Amino acid sequence: MSVASERRGFALPGDPIASNVNVDPRSYLYVYKIDDTIYAAVPCMYEIVDNTLKVIPLEGVYVPRPGDIVIGLVINFVITHWQVDINSPYIGILHASNVLGRPYNPAKDELREYLEIGDYIVARIDSFDRTRDPVLDIRGKDLGRITEGKIIEIKPSRVPKVIGKKKSMLNIIKNDTNCDIVVGANGRIWVKCPNKDLEDIVALAIKLIEREAFLPGLTEKVRTLIANEKHERGLL
Amino acid sequence: MSGKKAPFPLFKDGKRHDGRGPMDLRPIEMEVGILHNADGSARVKMGRTEVIAAAYGPREPPMKAMVLPDRAVIRFRYHMAPYSTDDRKSPAPSRREIELSKVIREALEATILTHLFPRTVIDVFAEVIQADGGTRTAAITAASLALADAGIPMRGLIAGVAVGKVDGQLVLDIDQVEDEYGEADMPVAAIVGLKKIVLLQLNGVLKPEEFPKALSMAWEGLKKIYEMERKVLGSKYKGV
Repeated sequence: MSVASERRGFALPGDPIASNVNVDPRSYLYVYKIDDTIYAAVPCMYEIVDNTLKVIPLEGVYVPRPGDIVIGLVINFVITHWQVDINSPYIGILHASNVLGRPYNPAKDELREYLEIGDYIVARIDSFDRTRDPVLDIRGKDLGRITEGKIIEIKPSRVPKVIGKKKSMLNIIKNDTNCDIVVGANGRIWVKCPNKDLEDIVALAIKLIEREAFLPGLTEKVRTLIANEKHERGLL
Repeated sequence: MSGKKAPFPLFKDGKRHDGRGPMDLRPIEMEVGILHNADGSARVKMGRTEVIAAAYGPREPPMKAMVLPDRAVIRFRYHMAPYSTDDRKSPAPSRREIELSKVIREALEATILTHLFPRTVIDVFAEVIQADGGTRTAAITAASLALADAGIPMRGLIAGVAVGKVDGQLVLDIDQVEDEYGEADMPVAAIVGLKKIVLLQLNGVLKPEEFPKALSMAWEGLKKIYEMERKVLGSKYKGV
């Protein structure tokens, strides 16, 4: 295959994408360079704008990025921090002071009173650089422990499809079901609905998007699924 | 390579015992995403040889002691199912399986960009469902597809094929009978896009002048297998 000169395209591992272009810092995990040529390392979509290459991977694990909102599961706690599974190769660290909002005193404060093993939390990635585990923070608006609703887990690479262009897909699901949906960048989705039937319908819609992410006519399929399920369950 | 004489001619009138020409591959089937619980998976069938591979990761290591500070650890298991051969094979890993796991792991290490995920583990399992010669090359092809399906960054897709010598004639993609009664068996695997060989073994005897010819025959086969790999992987994303 010749070196691609078009501005957008699809590439498989080992395909040359372009020569003499800059690589967007977020795309370094999905490409590699030999001499001046950039090659794809995963199945991906790419886009070259202003001589800068941006890559959207179609498969892969979640790699934490500072500022991302993720949904984590508390799996353990030690003296100073909780360990949180954030559906990534690296375990999230949640320091006690990032929960309490004040200095932590091990002699006085009991971590179990704030978060138990098995609790889900909405957190923000504070810092991460692959040499150290990601540090989480749950202080802030819309962050913290999850006390109601349902968590749906999908492949992290399908998250952009669930959100859609300018949140189009997410808004369709929200408007058609009146549910509140928080999509974590790590592939966990928190759904809060007026009733259990709607919760199940949202779960079915999200699983449909995950399964058929790369097939045409997805939006219409999601709309039809929600309408049919609502009709069958007598919610219309 | 039993050293025994074949009960029938392996190469006669330009045809092999199963009717193929010297440069013909067996019929190949490939499929990706066949296992729901794996991050990536693939099935490769070459003639009657069939292999399933599953890839997991990069993921949290099961033991902290095994991690490397600067790159991911790759673990590969090649295993033959007890029902894959004519006589039942013990499910315990044999000497041959342990060795093949090592050489295929080293081949995969050449393509996976392990430095991108320090302190993690990448697991790949290849299970031979049916064995009829060329299981290691089918396993490496399946493993490469499973890795790509899992989105694990790699330099390129690996394809594998074996060249053999039967009745003094070099032939491509040998099966069990040709392996057993033939004079040589040379499995080759390569990152075809980069033209880099990642696995080369030779069992039996080839003349010095036969080796380059055997290698160029292998490249012909590898290119065909690589095109099929690209096609099957690309068809998964036809909607994008």
